[in-house]
Amino acid sequence: MTRVLVDRRRALSLGATGLGGLLLAGCDSVVRAPAARAFIRRAEGLSFGIQRALLSGQRMAREFSPEQMSPVFRSNGSVNPQNLDYVALRNGNFAGYRLIVDGLVGSPLNLSLAQLMALPRRAQITRHDCVEGWSAIGKWTGVPLHEVLNRANILTSARFIVFECFDLKPASGGMTPYYESIDLLDAFHPQTILAYAMNDTPLEVAHGAPLRLRVERQLGYKQAKYIKRIRAVSSLDGTFGGKGGYWEDTTGYEWYAGI
Amino acid sequence: MSVADQVPDVAAEAPKAARERIYRHAAATRVTHWINFLCIAVLLFSGLQIFNAHPRLYWGQYGANFDRPVIAIDTHTGIDGQPVGITRIGGLAFNTTGFLGASDSNGHREGRGFPGWLTLPSIRDLATGRNYHFFFAWLLAINGIVYLIVSLASRHLQRDLTLRRDELRLKHLASDIWAHIKLHIPRGEESKRYNTLQKIAYLSVIFGLIPLMVLTGLTMSPGVDAAFPVLLDFFGGRQSARTIHFLVAMTIVAFVFVHLFEIFLVGAWNEIRSMITGWYEVKPEKHQ
Repeated sequence: MTRVLVDRRRALSLGATGLGGLLLAGCDSVVRAPAARAFIRRAEGLSFGIQRALLSGQRMAREFSPEQMSPVFRSNGSVNPQNLDYVALRNGNFAGYRLIVDGLVGSPLNLSLAQLMALPRRAQITRHDCVEGWSAIGKWTGVPLHEVLNRANILTSARFIVFECFDLKPASGGMTPYYESIDLLDAFHPQTILAYAMNDTPLEVAHGAPLRLRVERQLGYKQAKYIKRIRAVSSLDGTFGGKGGYWEDTTGYEWYAGI
Repeated sequence: MSVADQVPDVAAEAPKAARERIYRHAAATRVTHWINFLCIAVLLFSGLQIFNAHPRLYWGQYGANFDRPVIAIDTHTGIDGQPVGITRIGGLAFNTTGFLGASDSNGHREGRGFPGWLTLPSIRDLATGRNYHFFFAWLLAINGIVYLIVSLASRHLQRDLTLRRDELRLKHLASDIWAHIKLHIPRGEESKRYNTLQKIAYLSVIFGLIPLMVLTGLTMSPGVDAAFPVLLDFFGGRQSARTIHFLVAMTIVAFVFVHLFEIFLVGAWNEIRSMITGWYEVKPEKHQ
């Protein structure tokens, strides 16, 4: 009787070991299966909903003092786009640059860097948080996005703002422009700016010259660099991969990157 | 007596029929325990996946490649061109090739923080790691709240986990520590209650380590920071919070190892069964 018990224990532990091995081997295929990820990603709606509720009333991201800035601000992602249209603009010191603002707007705009700089400006020392985990604190100066959207007479049917960029990134169908999108709550937030200067000098190429987005309550991949065109849309469905951003389309980063 | 030759520990105790069985764990405790087990496992392995995206920890509001880390798992290139793992803690550096900084994957050595067998998924996939981490973080939080409500209502917390005044006397604490060092196995009446160090360990996890994990995790969210900037002051910055998050996670891993050690020490089958069925077999007192 006792022997049987011991054997059963041994059989159980052997079974558990074997199951463990199988689990490890099959882990990636199960964990990364589209159906499993789709289920797991349901939690995103909960995070987004709770954060939107917490951030009602347009709560501000913390702004730091000049002494708290990173000595060196790391750059990553695209740091030196090589496509000809961008290189030509860069060689001309962005004199030929025009920001296009169109989509669901009453009056589409076509703005030079000088025109953007003539608009009301905002400077802020904020923390940049990469999805990888690191942070850097820098000073950004630019035009609040709402100043631009109001001048373009954004229509009430607009729900999202899409930022199309000069830099090209690899995707399944070849190269595709980097792009990102935010909702109107973030678009009209006072700290959401189109930055043309960083740490009191014109934006460097590595940091997105001539114009990049700062949407301070979200992660780094939302801070689109090398902005070419701003489009107001009612839905993200028809735009590139439809998930609202390059990384969202290609690797499955969350569209809402407040976490 | 022939049985004794094969299984001595069984023979030393009373005949099976005379064994006392007690209902030790309520259904709510058992269910929340195993959900917690699943959550902590997935959170640990997906957390190491996320850590691997930038395997360096800093102190303060900011921290990136050009800043000085407090802990770093770096990959260097050896003279043979193969990756070498160097782990740095403060001013100390260790060659951790094979485990941290450089490990083998499909027969070749590659540079990465923690090895693939400790990350979820095993390959580099930050997006999937984040998806799982946040889903199971929600599950952990909801499970924890359910546990607290049920355990307070059933008086499980007050009855079984709260430290009595006499337990906090230095003499009692010293004797309890000594009993643990001697690997004393509780029997009879003594085994029906949690001992003092056990209570302190459970209470530290429930009211110390897990809340710290949740709060430091939230402090890493730029959205939550805008809603509750006080978190940045409390933990000394987002990068400090990330470092604390990692260190507390390692403390929970240490707790799990001690927890498993104690379970195997006092009888794994009986302990695990009691956490599944609720029924615990009391070891009789030794009379001889």
